[in-house]
Amino acid sequence: MHMADALISPPVGAALWVASMGLAAYSARQIKPEVAERKIPLMGVMGAFVFAAQMINFSIPVTGSSGHLGGGMILAILLGPHAAFLVMFSILAVQALFFADGGLLALGCNVFNLGFWPCFVIYPLVFRRLAGGSPTRGRILTASVVSGVLSLQLGAFCVVLETLVSGISELPFGAFVLLMQPIHLAIGVVEGLVTAALVSFVWRARPEVLELTPGAPTPGTVSLKPVLTGFAMVALVTGALLSWFASTHPDGLEWSMARTTGKEELAAPTDGIHPTLAGLQEKTAFLPDYGFAEASEAEGADAEPVEEAPEQWPTVSAGTSVAGVVGGGMVLALAVLIGVSLRLIRRRRNVATP
Amino acid sequence: MMRLDAALGDVDALDRLAAGDSPVHRLDPRAKLIATAAFLVTAISYPKHDVAELTPLFLYPATLLAVGRVPTRVIGRYLLLACPFAVLVGAFNPLLDRQTALHVGPLAVSGGWLSFISILVRFVLTVSAVLLLLACTGYVAVCAAMARLGAPRLLVMQSLMLYRFIFILADEASRMVRAHSLRSLGKHSASIQTWGSLAGNLLLRAYDRGLRVHTAMLARGFDGTLHPVRGLRWSGRDTLFVVGSGGFLVVARYGHLAVRLGQWTMGMLA
Amino acid sequence: MSHHIVEVRDLEYRYADGTAALRGVSFRIEPGESVGVVGENGAGKSTLLLHLNGCLFPSKGVVRIGDVPVVRRTLPQVRRSVGTVFQDPNDQLFMPTVGEDVAFGPLNMHLPCDEVEQRVRGSLEAVNALHTRARPPHRLSGGEKRAAAIATALSMSPDILVLDEPSAGLDPQARRRLIHLLAGFRQTKVVASHDLDMILALCPRTIVLHQGTVAADGPTGTVLSDRDLLARSGLDLPLGVQGCPICGRVPGPTATP
Repeated sequence: MHMADALISPPVGAALWVASMGLAAYSARQIKPEVAERKIPLMGVMGAFVFAAQMINFSIPVTGSSGHLGGGMILAILLGPHAAFLVMFSILAVQALFFADGGLLALGCNVFNLGFWPCFVIYPLVFRRLAGGSPTRGRILTASVVSGVLSLQLGAFCVVLETLVSGISELPFGAFVLLMQPIHLAIGVVEGLVTAALVSFVWRARPEVLELTPGAPTPGTVSLKPVLTGFAMVALVTGALLSWFASTHPDGLEWSMARTTGKEELAAPTDGIHPTLAGLQEKTAFLPDYGFAEASEAEGADAEPVEEAPEQWPTVSAGTSVAGVVGGGMVLALAVLIGVSLRLIRRRRNVATP
Repeated sequence: MMRLDAALGDVDALDRLAAGDSPVHRLDPRAKLIATAAFLVTAISYPKHDVAELTPLFLYPATLLAVGRVPTRVIGRYLLLACPFAVLVGAFNPLLDRQTALHVGPLAVSGGWLSFISILVRFVLTVSAVLLLLACTGYVAVCAAMARLGAPRLLVMQSLMLYRFIFILADEASRMVRAHSLRSLGKHSASIQTWGSLAGNLLLRAYDRGLRVHTAMLARGFDGTLHPVRGLRWSGRDTLFVVGSGGFLVVARYGHLAVRLGQWTMGMLA
Repeated sequence: MSHHIVEVRDLEYRYADGTAALRGVSFRIEPGESVGVVGENGAGKSTLLLHLNGCLFPSKGVVRIGDVPVVRRTLPQVRRSVGTVFQDPNDQLFMPTVGEDVAFGPLNMHLPCDEVEQRVRGSLEAVNALHTRARPPHRLSGGEKRAAAIATALSMSPDILVLDEPSAGLDPQARRRLIHLLAGFRQTKVVASHDLDMILALCPRTIVLHQGTVAADGPTGTVLSDRDLLARSGLDLPLGVQGCPICGRVPGPTATP
């Protein structure tokens, strides 16, 4: 479920990085020094625990295959939403850096998909409500499974959206959703069961560990500010970056439009809301051409993308493509050559000057 | 997802490499971070059917590899272990996009195959760039660079402590797994119930350790305020590196080097 | 020079569930003294030590460090005077490199950069661990970790050093080096340990804790050769006082363990 760099486009990556960093800064500010003094060592250790716990495999009952813990929910239960979000951030960063599990540019996306939903949305709104103040085993189980399923569904859906907007993968929306959601339903259930097992154990052994959530907002008084701020930032930055991208790469956007609708440009319908909208956009947008294209593209994306085979494809002239292949091969060879020679030079220099 | 215990050895290996010395190692971590970020953005900014156009980018990791004295096999191993992700991700493309995009001699290559190969190429480029960053800089210095570039201090401090504790806790977890397997007579994985006990115990031990560390921090005057990272010095060499990398990336991205080189070669041979 | 006096009067401490950990402990340690604190597991050694740096506050009684009572307001002062070395060095080495760990304390004291640098070098040199400065803690041997942990306390220039089981887990040579190192420190030392032979070598005075009270407080030679007292307190004679297991001879008073 971790997104790789190879799948996203710069605007999507950048937008979600901004959103995630913003949320991180917000979370950091919510944790005052007095609380930080106590939480910092705990955050570090609990984050490491999530990693270490992933070493302990368990077998999933029906299938017999083995699985391991994801971590977002248990962290929120132990540390509260703000601290848990920061810990998820660093966990995902380490996974991206050292385990190639998710790209560095896609880190913003992954933090949002896997950290934002469980910590800021599902934990306060769902888990706490279902579990209540002094939960029984049954309530823990229900709360954990429901939370696990919901967090993963939301996260998976975001992956679909991000991949779609990036436009690198060929999977159309419908197929992608049908692929992602059921798989993550199963993963969510497992995550919920696993979280429940853990929480039950700790609740029985040392309940005070779980009451350690002084920073968590009580249900009903949940601040929607981080949620709204997150969305606003994503929207703003995505819009700005898409505009920039489109203005410098008109071919890319028109091309993706062509893919989804089969036409290079869409003629706007002359009646109804579109002329009004188009007129509005012309007045407010910096690039009226782009604004028009955006409006049509949005309309185009709603149309059935799946069945229509791409009619128009920017034709690549034969001459350019062969040259491309030849040139590409040569550049690769050159890169290897440069690498090897630099090494040899280095080695010779080291031998010469001991 | 690589197994933690196997991967920790690699993590340590990368860490050791980062402690080495080379002109790349001596650059300010911020410069390397910025250059890597720029490289990543460039690598993923290509239109989706580009393959040949991506090749000039290989010069960047190749140079860093050589000048940074990073053994190729380290990078190679990682790429091998992680490539299932990329394959999985792009595997549908050839099936979905069968429109022929180009002819290489008698061979007709579909757009789907092109985009699939493009994904793989992007993957290799991006993963090796990140690994090289780590191998020449080290996790700790990268965190320091993030702090100086404006990341919240709490996030950075917490990331550093997490990294530190992973080794300790992984050790405890592996001992636990070993003890469990010695008494479970053949079954490899625990049931979810048993897992709950094992992981739960680990959690409580980790929690207690957290409390002890907290005590130790207090005993040394900690009061929750975090201090700014020191010791990073930006020099002219770093500016040169960033500007140079940026220039190279622009040329690689927009210069159509592969096509031009190919055409020139074919012209020469004709 | 009253900064260095450690005074504990009628100290009582109860856990959250009500069990008494310490029941009326009193003693006074003069500047420069080296005092061992011994007792069976659960006697209250670690709990007592945690009162000396203000990590725990007594349910009853008073702890004074120098002329300052240990209360929340005086904690910064107290923690500057009292350097603590904990049982598990992994708990104490939480920064990415040893150097940063040693610098942690001085940085919290808001000292200027070059002063911090000086202190880091000085304390690492004092424990012969300067070569580990740039290393991450997980790549140190047991003895190196212990030395680094001591350095993290030393860098704050404390007047009083409190050590909890410093020789635990060390191999024989590392242990010997540790004893030698600690013997050279001029600070007031309070050492809690099961290693009675180390106490014999290092501390002229010993306090025996038993079930939260002071069972004995006197010269180490006397206290640690009182077989009955030690048996009553759940302890045993140090090996250095018992007969040699091979030839049966009892060593003289000048023999070092």
